[in-house]
Amino acid sequence: MTVQGILVSRRPQPRSLSVGARPIFTGLGNAALGVCVVLVLWYGASHLLAPQLPDPVRTFGVFRTLVTRPFYDAGPNDKGIGLQLVASLGRVFLGFGIGVALALPLGILMGASESARGLLNPVVQILRPVSPMAWFPVGLAALRSSPQASVFVIAITSLWPTLINTALGVGSVPLEYRHVAQVYGFSRWTYLRKVVLPYSVPFIITGFRVGLGVAWMVIVASEMLAGGTGIGFFIWDSWNALSLEQVFSAILLIGLVGWAMDTALGAWLKHLKR
Amino acid sequence: MSYLVLQDVCKSFGAHRVLEDVDLEVAQGEIVALIGHSGCGKSTLLNLVAGLERPTSGTLLLEGEPILGPGPDRGIVFQNYALLPWLTVHENVHVVTSSVHRALPGPERAELTEHFLRLVGLWEHRSKRPGQISGGMKQRVALARALVANPKVLLLDEPFAALDALTRTMLQDELLGLWDAATRDPWIRSRFGGEHKTVLLVTHDIDEAIYLADRIVVMTNGPAATIRRIVPVPLGRPRERHRILESRAYVEIKEELLDLLTVVEDRQVA
Repeated sequence: MTVQGILVSRRPQPRSLSVGARPIFTGLGNAALGVCVVLVLWYGASHLLAPQLPDPVRTFGVFRTLVTRPFYDAGPNDKGIGLQLVASLGRVFLGFGIGVALALPLGILMGASESARGLLNPVVQILRPVSPMAWFPVGLAALRSSPQASVFVIAITSLWPTLINTALGVGSVPLEYRHVAQVYGFSRWTYLRKVVLPYSVPFIITGFRVGLGVAWMVIVASEMLAGGTGIGFFIWDSWNALSLEQVFSAILLIGLVGWAMDTALGAWLKHLKR
Repeated sequence: MSYLVLQDVCKSFGAHRVLEDVDLEVAQGEIVALIGHSGCGKSTLLNLVAGLERPTSGTLLLEGEPILGPGPDRGIVFQNYALLPWLTVHENVHVVTSSVHRALPGPERAELTEHFLRLVGLWEHRSKRPGQISGGMKQRVALARALVANPKVLLLDEPFAALDALTRTMLQDELLGLWDAATRDPWIRSRFGGEHKTVLLVTHDIDEAIYLADRIVVMTNGPAATIRRIVPVPLGRPRERHRILESRAYVEIKEELLDLLTVVEDRQVA
């Protein structure tokens, strides 16, 4: 039985349509153009199609007030958006850490041993497609605290991509490297440290990248359900206060933070591949 | 009793018979070349001696002991070098030193690694990674890695096939130099006993086989390949390339080998 995995992929390089001709817009120019088009469409939609939507101008006004005082704390139901983001990030990193701490040894075991793979693979393949939110009640029942239930959900979320990619990396160590280890009598520990792990690191980081990306998506849903603090709670609270401007602002911030995390991991991966 | 003995060795992969009834005896310190067309099971034979493959039937003995699995007493230099790309040149050799010479104290292990890296002229390049050095240098690292383990038998799987002609010539000389170093270098003699290494070399280069080997084992074509003939190379050592090329013995051996290798081909075409 093979382990299905997410392959280590390289992003395709964007190419201009006309060969040889200079592109009209450089990277930054293209990005600015894309943003402008979205803003114009948004403006048009909010004025012509759906008047209940706030337009970009009003939204950016709210966005500015939110980000100029990100860390104020005026009681449990009134905190700056920075504090909410920090609360969410804290849960994501804690849950991610727990998930990875479980996934790495299990993944190494699954990749290295045929029988461990036979034992664990059916379980993994059945549990992996389940929405992590389905585990929320389980976390709530076990931990009796909704913030901790969110951490539990994130741990489950981060578990699968790291587990599967680690198993894939460890299981695909090329025969020639295994032969070197056999011929020169590497100890298990040396083989793990000098052959298996270095070979698997790009796979594992790709797993991190996928896991962290999904975790950052799931935390919003989880905190909407959990309440209290966090960017998910902030969105739900804003909706209850009928401030779609705040919802849009939160969406933008969530996107920026997610992008930053993915870029950082991508840069790490690229650095390792050099 | 011979040092390395292969008796009635057969190897099949599933229904595919690769080697049939291979009998070979190699003396200690001898350099034996295995030559034959692609797919004749030369590399499989080497892997059997390395213990990376088990024979379907027959026995392999080294110093009277059966070969049951891979071990550092049969150091192997792989065709594609098989260096670990994330380790430096130094680490690639030292990880073997540390694994094989576990009983030695740290400083002596460090000394061993340094000595063999200097021997192949790579001490200055020790901090580079395999991706940053040339093919010839990679092959030297692979040689240093195999020799630092103090093997009884050195197995070389088409070691210079991927190199350009000039580098190949240089490395052939270096290989003979390293082979001799075991008896000449007092540092190595005091530690490793001063005997010539027994070498089993897979190649498809006739000139390389004659220049390096004491005996040349010519294989028949696969499937079910076996030894066609063993051709002795009665050239003295140390060998000088220019003098050998002019010698009568060289020309005769080359003709015999060419004959053996092309006649096999003719029979198959017919």
